[in-house]
Amino acid sequence: MEHQKLTHLKDLEAESIYILREVAAQFERPSLLFSGGKDSIVMAHLAYKAFYPAKIPFPFVHIDTGHNFEETITYRDELVNRIGAILIVGSVEESIRQGRVFEEKGYSASRNKLQTTTLLDTLEEHRFDAALGGARRDEEKARAKERFFSHRDEFGQWDPKNQRPELWNIFNGKKQEGEHFRIFPISNWTEMDVWQYILHENIVLPSLYYTHEREVFERDGSIYAALPAIPRKPAEEVKLRRVRCRTIGDITCTGLTLSAADSLEEIISEIAGSRVTERGGRTDDRRSEAAMEDRKKAGYF
Amino acid sequence: MSQQINTTTTNTDHTAALSKGERNEPTGFLDMELLRFSTAGSVDDGKSTLIGRLLYDSKSIFEDQLHAMQEASDRLGNEELNLALLTDGLRAEREQGITIDVAYRYFATPKRKFIIADTPGHIEYTRNMVTGASTADVAIILIDARNGIIEQTKRHSYIASLLQIPNVILAINKMDLVNFSEEVYNTIQLEFEKIAEKLKFRNIHFIPISAKNGDNVVDASVNTPWYHGETLLTLLESIPVHNNDNQLAPRFPVQYVIEAPNEDGSVYKGFAGRVAGGFFNVGDNVLALPSNRSSIIKAIDQGPDPLSKAITPQSVTIRLDGDLNIKRGDMLVRINRNYPKYSSMITLNVCWLNVKPLHVGDKYIIQHTTDETKAIVTDIRYKVNINTLENITDVKSVLVNDIAHITIKTVKPLKYDDYNENRITGSLILIDENTFETVGAGMIVTDDEVYSYNI
Repeated sequence: MEHQKLTHLKDLEAESIYILREVAAQFERPSLLFSGGKDSIVMAHLAYKAFYPAKIPFPFVHIDTGHNFEETITYRDELVNRIGAILIVGSVEESIRQGRVFEEKGYSASRNKLQTTTLLDTLEEHRFDAALGGARRDEEKARAKERFFSHRDEFGQWDPKNQRPELWNIFNGKKQEGEHFRIFPISNWTEMDVWQYILHENIVLPSLYYTHEREVFERDGSIYAALPAIPRKPAEEVKLRRVRCRTIGDITCTGLTLSAADSLEEIISEIAGSRVTERGGRTDDRRSEAAMEDRKKAGYF
Repeated sequence: MSQQINTTTTNTDHTAALSKGERNEPTGFLDMELLRFSTAGSVDDGKSTLIGRLLYDSKSIFEDQLHAMQEASDRLGNEELNLALLTDGLRAEREQGITIDVAYRYFATPKRKFIIADTPGHIEYTRNMVTGASTADVAIILIDARNGIIEQTKRHSYIASLLQIPNVILAINKMDLVNFSEEVYNTIQLEFEKIAEKLKFRNIHFIPISAKNGDNVVDASVNTPWYHGETLLTLLESIPVHNNDNQLAPRFPVQYVIEAPNEDGSVYKGFAGRVAGGFFNVGDNVLALPSNRSSIIKAIDQGPDPLSKAITPQSVTIRLDGDLNIKRGDMLVRINRNYPKYSSMITLNVCWLNVKPLHVGDKYIIQHTTDETKAIVTDIRYKVNINTLENITDVKSVLVNDIAHITIKTVKPLKYDDYNENRITGSLILIDENTFETVGAGMIVTDDEVYSYNI
């Protein structure tokens, strides 16, 4: 018989759909962490395909820092409507009001770290025993070591030195009462794979990923949106520029890229030529060499 | 704390979903295959340097990563850029200068996408090596040309053979330190071929390289005019992927049952899963195991798209004629083809992953494909000394990193193949009943004679 090959995108898609179905089969109360970024949009698309024509058998959870781009929220609401999903929103502002966390002060203040508390509180409140995330191993060196099924203790913490071995395509989701799993179905995808898949599947994205004119300012070599969520220093001058987002997070840690790319093809060729990783624009990772490892140990995404 | 938003619309406009209009057909960069390979070796063999070299020379390292590596190199007092720092991700690994856990790395060339499972080489990390090797299409085993074949080489070769990695590449490294001597290279190759005769390799390749200087890694070396083979990267770009999978006996472990109301009031019922061997066509006569009920494949769905055929390792949903009571853990096979074994007395090679040892009489939870049961250990026949490849008999317990030949009795019979035939239906994991940790990796043996490794 003629050797029939599977393209890399189909190979990755098959693996991710297999993992999504394992989660639905092995856990009682799974959830899908949805940020409105391209990785979680791809996750939503894969989940849609995995259970079609049935509805996705778990709710979407959005941890909202209150510093989101308006376009992200609009897109999020349209998406859950279109696929008939249930959306649960955990609010960082609410955690601040309740005194669960304290807002950072100063110009570089970010709610990135505070999200961990809101995330863990939301998972506990709804007794979720599995939280699906769109993190990828190529993003960051601590993530390169993380399992697909990543065990969390009763405090939501990750123990990188004592991870369960993960062999073949057998996933062990067994846990003690109070523990939960973080599950990363697109672990093996790279940034380029995600973009190529979006092009291949013709997935609709928030307009922020495409070029648009915006008031921005520069800080430490990165470009940020001139919005009230980031207080500007007096010397930081606001300019009108054509920019786009390479990743979308909270406004305070999303660096913008000067770009005229207004199609997926143009975005892909821009990324292919880029000499900086996508998280190069993320202020949250630059805090120290092990910033991500430390945040993950504490229960971060 | 959190608010719940329930949407009112139902999921009726299926074709729209998240896509707009037609999908784009794969062309150019969308039409590439994915190759998974593992590397085994210690820091001394230059394993991390080799991976760093592949990433660096294929321009897969970005400026900010390079900058972070340069800073770390300076801090550790390295004179040159330490390419190993790129792969050692955890704080403890960087501080101790060793690789502890499997790290996954990604790179692409215009021809292929690659996933590297970078595993540590020391004996106390055998379990991590087994983990990394379990999904690999290719294993790269590094040999330091100055030392030739050592115990560690035998261990890595044994693991690659035990895990049935279809292709093994012997990268004879540090050729610059033996003056790129053809004689040294030939001696190592001959010695390895003798060992390989006693193991179960399908394809072996030898390449003389210098990971540090880049000889024969991406570009052909001017220092080895006597070597006429491919460079490491060219070889990785051309080795066939999933080549034999579709020639295997057809296997479809049922993972999840999808039920949903159709618009006409009837019910959609499909069996979701990933093809674990061979292929299935619409119209095929299939048998559901263990119930032994037969049916015909009515449709194969991949999300909203109908397929006429499902190949390994696609994730699909199969719809059958008639209403069969099939659940997760069952298996669909094609009628009149080589059926899987069906038994509760199972012989396996096990790699022990946990500090708590295995004894005869111990009970474990078993996960095998999408099936689950419990089992008791009935015999430990022998352990393998993986440095000398000799068998040790009269064994009372199996310790962490040991590889042993054992028998188990399961509560519910399993439907399985020999691991040598099918890496998916032939593998299982053992789980501790109390801690729920994965403690053992099992490779099922259906013919003991074939599997006795006696050197």
